Amino acid sequence: MSDLISLSAATLSDLLASREVSSVEVTQAHLDRIAEVDGDIRAFLHVSADALTTAAEVDGARRLGAKLGPLAGVPVAIKDVLCTQDMPSTAGSRILEGWVPPYDATVVSKLRNAKLIPLGKTNMDEFAMGSSTEHSAFGPTHNPWDLERIPGGSGGGSAAAVAAFEAPLALGSDTGGSIRQPAAVTGTVGMKPTYGGVSRYGAIALASSLDQVGPVTRTVLDAALLHDVIGGHDPRDSTSLTDEWPSFAEAARSGAKSGSLKGVRVGVVKELGGEGFQSGVSERFAEALDVMAAAGAEIVEVSTPSFTYAIAAYYLILPAEASSNLAKFDSVRFGLRVNPAGGGTVEDVMAATRGSGFGAEVKRRVILGTYALSAGYYDAYYGSAQKVRTLIQRDFAEAFDQADVLVSPSAPTTAFKLGEKLEDPLAMYLNDIATIPANLAGVPGMGLPMGLAPEDGLPTGIQIMAPAHEDARIYSVGATLEALLEQSWGHTLISRAPGFPIAEGKAK
Amino acid sequence: MDFDKALELFEPVLGFEVHVELNTRTKMFSSAPNPAAPGVDAGKPNTMVTPVCLGLPGSLPVVNEQAIRYSISLGLALGCEIAPSSRFARKNYFYPDLAKNYQISQYDEPIAHDGAVDVELANGKTFRIEIERAHMEEDAGKLTHVGGATGRIQGADYSLVDYNRAGVPLVEIVTKMITGAEHDAPELAKAYVSAIRDIVVALGISEARMERGNLRCDANVSLSPRGSGTLGTRTETKNVNSLRSVERAIRYEIQRQAAILAAGGAITQETRHWHEDTGTTSPGRPKSDADDYRYFPEPDLLPVEPSVALIEELRAALPEPPAERRRRLKESWGFTDLEFQDVVNSGLLVEVESTVAAGASPDQARKWWTGEIARLANIDSVDPSSLVIPKDVAALVALIESGELTDRLARQVLEGVIAGEGSPAEVVAKRGLKVVSDDGALIAAIDEALASQPDVLEKIRDGKVQAAGAVIGAVMKAMHGQADAARVRELVLERANSQA
Repeated sequence: MSDLISLSAATLSDLLASREVSSVEVTQAHLDRIAEVDGDIRAFLHVSADALTTAAEVDGARRLGAKLGPLAGVPVAIKDVLCTQDMPSTAGSRILEGWVPPYDATVVSKLRNAKLIPLGKTNMDEFAMGSSTEHSAFGPTHNPWDLERIPGGSGGGSAAAVAAFEAPLALGSDTGGSIRQPAAVTGTVGMKPTYGGVSRYGAIALASSLDQVGPVTRTVLDAALLHDVIGGHDPRDSTSLTDEWPSFAEAARSGAKSGSLKGVRVGVVKELGGEGFQSGVSERFAEALDVMAAAGAEIVEVSTPSFTYAIAAYYLILPAEASSNLAKFDSVRFGLRVNPAGGGTVEDVMAATRGSGFGAEVKRRVILGTYALSAGYYDAYYGSAQKVRTLIQRDFAEAFDQADVLVSPSAPTTAFKLGEKLEDPLAMYLNDIATIPANLAGVPGMGLPMGLAPEDGLPTGIQIMAPAHEDARIYSVGATLEALLEQSWGHTLISRAPGFPIAEGKAK
Repeated sequence: MDFDKALELFEPVLGFEVHVELNTRTKMFSSAPNPAAPGVDAGKPNTMVTPVCLGLPGSLPVVNEQAIRYSISLGLALGCEIAPSSRFARKNYFYPDLAKNYQISQYDEPIAHDGAVDVELANGKTFRIEIERAHMEEDAGKLTHVGGATGRIQGADYSLVDYNRAGVPLVEIVTKMITGAEHDAPELAKAYVSAIRDIVVALGISEARMERGNLRCDANVSLSPRGSGTLGTRTETKNVNSLRSVERAIRYEIQRQAAILAAGGAITQETRHWHEDTGTTSPGRPKSDADDYRYFPEPDLLPVEPSVALIEELRAALPEPPAERRRRLKESWGFTDLEFQDVVNSGLLVEVESTVAAGASPDQARKWWTGEIARLANIDSVDPSSLVIPKDVAALVALIESGELTDRLARQVLEGVIAGEGSPAEVVAKRGLKVVSDDGALIAAIDEALASQPDVLEKIRDGKVQAAGAVIGAVMKAMHGQADAARVRELVLERANSQA
């Protein structure tokens, strides 16, 4: 295995800038790695045929002295929910198989403008509906820590690609935990930015009021570097914020450097722990709190009683919006078309197409959402769910009066076996119990590794949340915690992945 | 059933939904060019589209700020209150002309609500129509059904979809229930739509060409049995696309429903299609209040929250209200009550005003619009405004007043303009229709005519001036109508007198 793939994006950035390595070399190393391991991992749905050409162009520009951004020449994997005009964009669905959009998502344009090298498109639960990637129409992705286990979802492809060193960076999307929960179970870092912090234009919508695109990486600094590239106002997304964002990389660097959490009030969310959480997860979480306290953080317990209803509200709001967002998949303008035997009306064709093009989980949620929005049920379901959402936002506001950041385990358990929860949707939905509240309130949240669970030796993750617009605070605290934990372990967590005996040492 | 008899038994209750296509440069939620903008043609199918118009995965709507301004102006001109915060909602239903299979519209939070429009009837009465709301939404694409005899979806082999119109900005103006119109109901309907048209034209926010679908009226009609105090079941006649048809459709629907009810039948709640050729309506799709569009707030858009300053800026810039404007125009044009009502009732106020503004005298402008142009429009059952533009009418009048055209020639020129042969000057040139103003040519023709009718001059000298008519007729015939009859008459009389 080439050393290049073991390096963080920040390190690669330095080597590329000093011209010690070329983007072609770095890209080739990752393509080789994909060829080597992706048959087992299945993180990619499509590998770009243009990656080396793009890398050569960036190398050429660098040789000519072009002023390039920090991540220029660094490869990146892209979740298949994002539109790319040079690669199929299927959102993991049969109904979009082979569809190549005529435009790039704004975040993809930003990657290209910053001269990153798109490596390919990563697997996901169909339309981002799931927590295991098993709902992909193109087969599941396998967890690099244990190929028998799920890599989380919906962005299991991006998380597994990064965890298996197939890419140093990836983009994900997070509607209820699709970035943070896969990060937890693969020992990687994932950030869901403040709602509106990153453009949704060109992200195939699951639930518009919850979806947010964000970075998937192996280190906090890498996430910050990637966030700096993709963030910012986009006039094509009306819900995009006009904030002037600070440099997240700067926040991460100073956080890692300081090594201190003095004066930081860390709120432990009472409702996001205890019963239902695996003992090894709770154990590592308690240790992480001790590490933070030892670094000067003030640990306070906060109560957010409405979080109890978060999953119930989420599973009304999400299906309601999804049922409408997915109505466009009707065979008329793009995607799959299934003509019923003996022909039929346009309605028959639409029904046949949707019937055969959508998987079971998608159908389940479309039906749920259609029901929740129906006359006579709207107030009881969608209306009540929106009220719960308001209460959750209030709970967050009160909690942030007492704490600068809130923390919880990112997911209640370590990675479970493929197939284990496939027939039990409610058990599957509970995976996102800790991550959903941040989406309902629009606040940012990051998942990062907090050690291996003693009982199964699998990664666990800690989630850090901050008030809306305060993403930089997460990068600062996250980078500090990451440095402190790695210091206490004497290695990075990812270096302990079986079959991947590589150690970069501490994150830069 | 006879209209008067229907009115004897029932009281008509009306309601209107008028859709106004705004003439913004781009569409409601996308940067695609707006086919309803001035000077823009519909274009080849599916050429005026972006990923947003086609509802491609990942695309997102962005509200057109100009459309918001126009909608606020329209709301203010309708006497509405402007909501400090209004919201878009999704109206969900599957139909191939709807790219996303939902329409972005406004539902329980429209931008404008609770207004009123005063409508003048031919008899001088003013009728106040209350406006429930005016809300913003996007237009759908256009379906063309191919095969089958009727061009309708039933019996078609296949259908084509053109999304050029998808996303054109619309304001839908919904009236409250209108009672008390009685015999005036059909006329009121026409006068109301005409009033809306006057308003949007004065605001400059729509091209307002009904034949192009810039302004579309859905008319609700129900009948309440006299003295019953109960409301009847309503029908909604869709897309009645001329002022004239609005009046006819209401009259037809009142008579149709009255006949059914009087025979003991029941009215089906449904949409109905208006047929211009037969002057009848036919059933469309059943419509019930239980239609479930699963409305919910559009999560891709923020609420619309215009500042008080913006609303006041737009209020201050409002044009004169149409009723005041009518009083002012009548005075400045010096028309009699009858002349002015003739213009208003024909729905031609805007046309006459624009024609005067283009340089014609008010009397000539009125004469041409309510006369020849209205007559031709009537033959084809179209609105006069769809035939010719005011600038060309003014040019025609100028040619008459300069003596280059006689009225009769001018009518031929008008036909040419309507046939698309160009401006009046171009038609005159192409058809060679100029008046023969050369006295020499006329005198030669008179000589020739007198040669075959030598006794005419004698008769004139004897005081039988009407005898000149025979000569004038012959000359006009010889000149193929391209002579000024008045001048010919002068020359004939001169000749008789000079030879006395």
